[in-house]
Amino acid sequence: MAGVTLDTVRKIYAGNVEAVKGVSLGIEDGSFCVLVGPSGCGKSTLLRMIAGLETISGGEIKIGNRVVNQVEPADRDIAMVFQNYALYPHMSVYDNMAYGLRNRKTPKDEIEKRVKEAARILAIEPFLDRKPRALSGGQRQRVAMGRAIVRKPQVFLFDEPLSNLDAKLRVQMRVEIKRLQKALGVTSIYVTHDQVEAMTLSDKLVVMSGGQIEQVGSPSEVYRRPETRFVATFIGSPPMNILPGKVEGPGRVSVGGQVIAVTDMREGLTPGSSIEVGLRPEDVQAGSAPGASSLAMEVDFVEELGATQLFHGKVAGTDFVVQASTGQIGADTRKLTLSIDPGNVHLFDPQSTKRLGRV
Amino acid sequence: MEKRAHFSGWTLPLLLILPQMAITVIFFYWPASQAIWQSFLREDAFGLSSEFVGFENYLALFEQPEYYRAMVTTIIFSTLVAFFSLSVALLLATQADKNIRGGHAFKTLLIWPYAVAPAIAGVLWIFMFHPTLGTLARPIRAAGIDWNPMLNGNHAMILLVLSATWKHISYNFLFFLAGLQAIPKSVIEAGAIDGAGPMRRFWTIVFPLLSPTTFFLLVVTVVYVFFETFGIIDAVTGGGPAGQTTTLVYKVYADGRLGGDLGGSAAQSVILMVIVIALTAIQFRYVERKVQY
Repeated sequence: MAGVTLDTVRKIYAGNVEAVKGVSLGIEDGSFCVLVGPSGCGKSTLLRMIAGLETISGGEIKIGNRVVNQVEPADRDIAMVFQNYALYPHMSVYDNMAYGLRNRKTPKDEIEKRVKEAARILAIEPFLDRKPRALSGGQRQRVAMGRAIVRKPQVFLFDEPLSNLDAKLRVQMRVEIKRLQKALGVTSIYVTHDQVEAMTLSDKLVVMSGGQIEQVGSPSEVYRRPETRFVATFIGSPPMNILPGKVEGPGRVSVGGQVIAVTDMREGLTPGSSIEVGLRPEDVQAGSAPGASSLAMEVDFVEELGATQLFHGKVAGTDFVVQASTGQIGADTRKLTLSIDPGNVHLFDPQSTKRLGRV
Repeated sequence: MEKRAHFSGWTLPLLLILPQMAITVIFFYWPASQAIWQSFLREDAFGLSSEFVGFENYLALFEQPEYYRAMVTTIIFSTLVAFFSLSVALLLATQADKNIRGGHAFKTLLIWPYAVAPAIAGVLWIFMFHPTLGTLARPIRAAGIDWNPMLNGNHAMILLVLSATWKHISYNFLFFLAGLQAIPKSVIEAGAIDGAGPMRRFWTIVFPLLSPTTFFLLVVTVVYVFFETFGIIDAVTGGGPAGQTTTLVYKVYADGRLGGDLGGSAAQSVILMVIVIALTAIQFRYVERKVQY
């Protein structure tokens, strides 16, 4: 097994469109790395470059200690699971899984052993003789994974493998992928636009936007300390509220004249300069608490999610959402006082959109 | 999801199918029934009298060595044209399917020969390969080959195969290209990651996935060679030399129009009709079932 190293990797398409703008990233051996971002952010292109399906316009990609820029996909010792499964429609499930091994002249009994083993792990033994079209979406997904694992590759690549499945199956398969990866210990790179998938699966979360990396870290790091406003609003559901504010002094900012205390604030910011104040809907509490700052909110309407409720409204004229356990706040409340824990306030530079936290 | 048009009365639907039905009946069923009837008659060469002879025309046909020769000629001709027009079209389609500069112009140009009328195509080829006039025949003769499709049956057949193939490549090319484009890119990419080189990918993934298209085209091409190469044969060889390029269809024309044996000619067309019905039936059966997968 091997890690993957990217060094200022670029992809420039015909017409000078730069899809990937110099990405550097180290993925440790055996870790589960998720590339997440909105469509068009270059995450799939990056994955396809690692797979060898796209040429590399600049920089270097290493699998283990080997530079693979000029290596054919077949010789990179990787396996890939595609969004539409990409099973060979004219082959049985068994042949689909055996195809890669046969191409590599693996002995017949070894092929049979490995396919049977993979089929057992993925619980697709009863379908080995069927054609892919006779399988459900979830079963096809398993076959696609089986095809990847029989090869015992250095790296697994996943290109939005769950987005063609229905919501319930997606959750189930997500758990299975995680369990499988932990059991096999193979370095995995997983591309998705779904931030829940990204958070739950990854050891290492890479948030991308516009062909560049916005932030790399563990899921909790990225969630707790987003480095840019983009990451702050992309990771977390419902997204973080961003309010325009002003610097009042060290550890203090104001939103619409209401002063709130902040723990994580860059030193030496000019009082009076504008700043963006980020608050997660789940991090604010209704009512006033001793030692906490407070904000006044006007409620427009309430969304019911069962266990929780989302209160939509405005704080100092800007849209704001609060998430609260059902029953905690009366559903007909029109005016709310929100208590803000200084540790939960995120500050961003309005120009560069970078975090203005402690250095 | 099925979408159906609903008509409230009978008038409009009847009116809509009327033109098709009229054309089919007047130009197909009527002549076909006439041919069947005529195949049981014997007519004198001037068309003044005829008598009912039952299956005599058919029996006479099966006693003619020329009929079997025409059958063999047809089989050789259609096998060669089918093989070359399918394989060349597939080769061109796989190349055109790649992302190449000027691919659109390439595709359009490849489709052009299909627009040329068979007789004109035949004349074009005869101009190129006529033993004395032909621009291309001269270098061949200069190379020491006694090229003469007017006298040598094999040369005549080569020329026919060339012109019939050339004309049909366009059609096969279009369908192969569409077939190739219908194969998901990711399946091919999965093959590449699974360690299959370009040739192996083609033979183990692309070709099997194209098999419904290939089969459809095989039947269409055979039907084409059987029935639509008449114009080319008539323009290039006229069935000669000495009947060596007379196919079953050309023999219908030669016996009926030139030989004046209308009954025998009708019997031959009835047999051809049975063949084409059989081919179509096979095609429907298998295309519906989607060969291979």
